[in-house]
Amino acid sequence: MFQNQYETVFILTPVLSEAQIKEAVEKFKKTLTDNGAELVHEEHWGLRKLAYTIQHKNTGYYQLFQYKANTSIVATLETDFKRDERVMRYLTTKLDKYALDYSQRRSKGLIGKKNVESAPADSKEEKAEATTQE
Amino acid sequence: MSLVNDPVDRKDTARKKYCRFKKAGIKFVDYKDPNFLLKFVNEQGKILPRRLTGNSLKFQRKVSVAIKRARHLALLPFVADGLK
Repeated sequence: MFQNQYETVFILTPVLSEAQIKEAVEKFKKTLTDNGAELVHEEHWGLRKLAYTIQHKNTGYYQLFQYKANTSIVATLETDFKRDERVMRYLTTKLDKYALDYSQRRSKGLIGKKNVESAPADSKEEKAEATTQE
Repeated sequence: MSLVNDPVDRKDTARKKYCRFKKAGIKFVDYKDPNFLLKFVNEQGKILPRRLTGNSLKFQRKVSVAIKRARHLALLPFVADGLK
């Protein structure tokens, strides 16, 4: 079977308790592993403020999965998301070679907040903004 | 005041634009980093054109896809007022 690396981020409603969140995350993890996906990396971002309201909520619990799986698994996972009321949003992306390299560095903590990506870009930011204002 | 069209000295307009991704060697634009993507939107949350950011076409496309993904996940607003 053809294997791809995918990355899924989804948002759970903030009304859940800690235990319920764990349970929901475990449930989706199970759908992944049951369908033969190999979990590469996962991140729990915790409660975050949303940029705009979704279902009258201003916050949400973010969870990220990165996994190696067959192409068919995405549809299975997304039907699960659709059927589950606790999920407010989800996004699945396929990782290309650059994204793979990036996420590997990210999972090792090399990218962090201000490291490889932001540091060189930050110094140029002022210049870029200066040109913008002209 | 002379009526002759004097050449105007524009010192700081002559700066050459460049693609910051090419220059910094960034290969992948991450949609999960809203603070970085904030550089490519105006204060209403609209994507800035290439003519202002100086991005190469390749990376402008990647930036715009990343911003749209970030918007879907409520990391960036679709519409905003006074984002900066």
